[in-house]
Amino acid sequence: MRGNNVMGLIFSNVHEEKIRELTERRTMGSVPFGGRYRLIDFPLSNMVNSGINKVGVLTKSNYQSLMDHLGSGKAWDLSRKREGLFLLPPFDSRSAVSNSRVESLASIAAYLTNSREEYVLLSDCDVICNIDYTDVLAFHMKRGADITVIYQFGKLPEKICEPTVYSIDPDGRVRDLLVNPNVDGDCNFGMSMLLLRRELLIRMVNDCVSRNLYNFKRDFLQRNISNYAVYGYEFKGYAQYICSMNHYFDANMSLMLPSVRAQLFQKDRPIYTKVRDDMPARYGLGSHVTNSLIADGCVIEGSVENCVLFRGVHIGKGAKVENCVIMQDSVIGPNCRLNYVVIDKDVNIRNDRSLLGFQSYPVFISKGSVV
Amino acid sequence: MLPKQEVVAMLLAGGQGSRLGVLTKKLAKPAIPYGGKYRIIDFPLSNCVNSGIETVGVLTQYQPLILNEYIGSGQPWDLDSMNAGVRVLPPYQRSRKSDWYKGTANAIYQNIEYIERYNPEYVIVLSGDHIYKMDYSKMLAYHKEKEADCTIAVIEVPLEEASRFGILNTREDGSIYQFDEKPKVPKSNQASMGIYVFTWSVLRKYLEADEANPKSSNDFGKDVLPAMLNAGERMFSYKFEGYWKDVGTIDSLWESNMDLLNPNIQLDLNEDSWKIYTRNPVMPPHYIAQCAKVQNSLVAEGCNVYGEIDFAVLFAGVYIAPGAVVKDSIIMPGARIEENAIVQYAIVSENTVIGKGAVVGARPEETEKKDEWGIAVIGDGCRIAPGSIVPPKAMIDSETLAAEEVRESCAATM
Repeated sequence: MRGNNVMGLIFSNVHEEKIRELTERRTMGSVPFGGRYRLIDFPLSNMVNSGINKVGVLTKSNYQSLMDHLGSGKAWDLSRKREGLFLLPPFDSRSAVSNSRVESLASIAAYLTNSREEYVLLSDCDVICNIDYTDVLAFHMKRGADITVIYQFGKLPEKICEPTVYSIDPDGRVRDLLVNPNVDGDCNFGMSMLLLRRELLIRMVNDCVSRNLYNFKRDFLQRNISNYAVYGYEFKGYAQYICSMNHYFDANMSLMLPSVRAQLFQKDRPIYTKVRDDMPARYGLGSHVTNSLIADGCVIEGSVENCVLFRGVHIGKGAKVENCVIMQDSVIGPNCRLNYVVIDKDVNIRNDRSLLGFQSYPVFISKGSVV
Repeated sequence: MLPKQEVVAMLLAGGQGSRLGVLTKKLAKPAIPYGGKYRIIDFPLSNCVNSGIETVGVLTQYQPLILNEYIGSGQPWDLDSMNAGVRVLPPYQRSRKSDWYKGTANAIYQNIEYIERYNPEYVIVLSGDHIYKMDYSKMLAYHKEKEADCTIAVIEVPLEEASRFGILNTREDGSIYQFDEKPKVPKSNQASMGIYVFTWSVLRKYLEADEANPKSSNDFGKDVLPAMLNAGERMFSYKFEGYWKDVGTIDSLWESNMDLLNPNIQLDLNEDSWKIYTRNPVMPPHYIAQCAKVQNSLVAEGCNVYGEIDFAVLFAGVYIAPGAVVKDSIIMPGARIEENAIVQYAIVSENTVIGKGAVVGARPEETEKKDEWGIAVIGDGCRIAPGSIVPPKAMIDSETLAAEEVRESCAATM
C-alpha cells in the first residue's frame, strides 16, 4: 500500500570529489551505473518500493543531467497530483552555495515545514543496494527511537569516505559514534541513511545553524548521540559503496555475479530508471560475447569479454573489448583493442585504436571524447 | 466540444487472428509480442505519433484484457495528451439496437459519435496486424493534393505473389478503377496495405448507407470501398516504399521477426527520428555468461543466456540454461529453456518452460517429409516435460498438454 507517512530526501551531490572524473559535469546521483541506471535510481526506487510517495532531491551544482534523468519523476511513479518528486536546487541567495548536508537542509526549511509527513528518511547516492525501508520504519517505531541510523556489520570498505562507526547495544541502541576511526576487523559502519521525525529534523537543523555548526556527521549526529534515543538498524543484504574510480569499476563488474544481480534487482522490488525505447541488443555475425552485461540498443559485431555495456553502445567488427565499462551511445570502431577502460557517454573510439589500462588503474575516457 | 483535430486515426484491433492458433487464444492479435520487446500495435501507434496524429481510437472486441491494460493511458506513446490521445473503443450497449462490431465498416459506424467530437476533416483507418514504419502525414498530403475522397496505401509485391493480396488497378494519375480481391490473373502488382485515408464527410455518408443496407457484410474491402468506386468518388492509390509485412500467420510472424536479424532488410528499429515506442520492461540489462555462445540474435533486457543461441529473438526475462541450444526461434517474455534442451524453428510463448533435454521443432533440411515441416508453436505457460519431443509444425497449449499427460499416465498405469 502506498503512503506510509514518510517522506524521502536524497542528497544528490555528496562525495562527488571521490570520483572526480565521472562527476566533472554531473551530480553523484546521475553517475551512470550497471548498464542502464544512474546511481540515484537505487535510493529513489528503494523509497518508492517502500511506499514513500514524496521524495525531495537536494542538489547543489552540475544538476542539469540529473534533471534530465528525473524529468517529472514518471519513471519512478512519482509524477503525481498528491505529492511526488521535488527537485530542490540551491535556493537561499544569502548564503554561498551550500556545501554540507546541514546547510542544504537549512535551505529547504520551508519545504520541510510545509510537508505533512511525520517522518523523514535521508539518503545519499553513493551506496548501491536494494533495501526495504518499511522494515526500518517498523524497527524505528518498535524501539521508540528518535533517530534510526542504518548500518552494515563487517569489514570497513576500503577508502570509504569519512565512515561513521557505531558502538551498538544488543537491543540496537547506539552508544557511541566515531567518524573515520582506525579499525581493524569487523565493525558497524553507517550507510548514510537515517530515519527520524520531521519535526525533530527541523529542530536539530535549527540547533546546528544557530551554533554555526555545519558538519552533518560530527555536529548533527555525534554531538546529539546522548541527547536522543539513537538506534541502529542493521542491513544484512548486499551493498556496494562507490568511493573511488576503482570501486566504481569493481561495483560494475560485480554485477556479473548472479547472486549480486538477484539481490539488487528483485522482481517485487524493481529498480526503475528513465525509459529510452531502444530496440533489444543486436548481435551480428562473428560477434563473440562472454561474461558481460549488455543493455538495450547495443549493436555488437566484435568480441566482448567481462564488460558492462550501456544502452546504445556499438562495438565494430573485429574489435576486441575486455574488462571495460562503456557508457551510453559510445561507439567503438572496427579492430580496436580495449582492456580495462572506463568510457563515458558519447565517446567515439576510431578504427584500430588500442587503449590498455590495468586492473588496479582503469583508463578513463571522458564524455564526448574522440580517440 | 473538444478542440478540432484535422485527422482522427481509427485502429482496427478487434480481430481474432485465428490463423495464429494458440498465440491468439487469450490475446488479441495486435497484442502479440514482436521483435524482442514490442507488441504489434506499437507499430501503428508509434507511426501515428511520429506522423503528428494525436487522436487515435482503438477498436477492440476479441480478448481485450491484455490489450486494454497495455494501451492504458497511452503514456508510452505520448498519447496521453490533454484533449486528444488514445481511446479504447469496445462495442457497447445503447438504448436501441446494440450489437457487436459486425465488420470493419460497422466498427467505425458505431463510433461516429467519437469521431464527430473532434470535428475532423479526415479519418485514417489502420489495422493492427502489420509491421512497418510509415509517415501517414505524407499520405495525407497526397490525399489533399489529389483532392481525393479516399486514398489507399499500396505496396508493390512480386507479380507471382500478387494473387494472395487485394490488388488495386490504377490509371496513370494514380486513380483507382478496379479492386481485384485475390485475382487469379493479376493485372498489376500493387497490393492494398489496409491503410485508408478518407475525407470524413464522404465516409460518413457511405457508412450510413452501408448500415442501411441489410445485405451488406459491413466490411470496408467488400462493401464500402466498392460502393464508393461504383458511385464515382475520387479514389487514389498511394505508393509506399519500405518494409511492410502482414504478420497474420505463424510463418509470416516468424519470418518478420527473423527479418530483424537480416542486415539487408530495411527495418531499423533504432532510428532516432522514427522510434517505435513500447511499454518497457523494468529489468536489468541482460547477462551473457562465460559459457554462452551468441550469434545473429536479438536479446532484450533481463535475459540470462548460458547456452547457445543463433538467429534467436529473446524477449525480456528469458533464461537459456547451460547446454541449451536455441536456433531460428522466437522466445517470448519470461520463458525458460532448461539444460540441454534444443529449440529450433519454433515460437515459444510467454512464461513457458522447456524441460531438460526436450527437443522442440526441427530444421527443414533434417525433416524427411517436407510437407510435415513447419514452425512449432508452444502456447502461453506450457511446461514441456524433460526429454519430451515436440515435432515441427506442432501447436501446443496448456490444455492439450494437460489432456495428453492424463492419457499418458493412464497408459502407464494400465
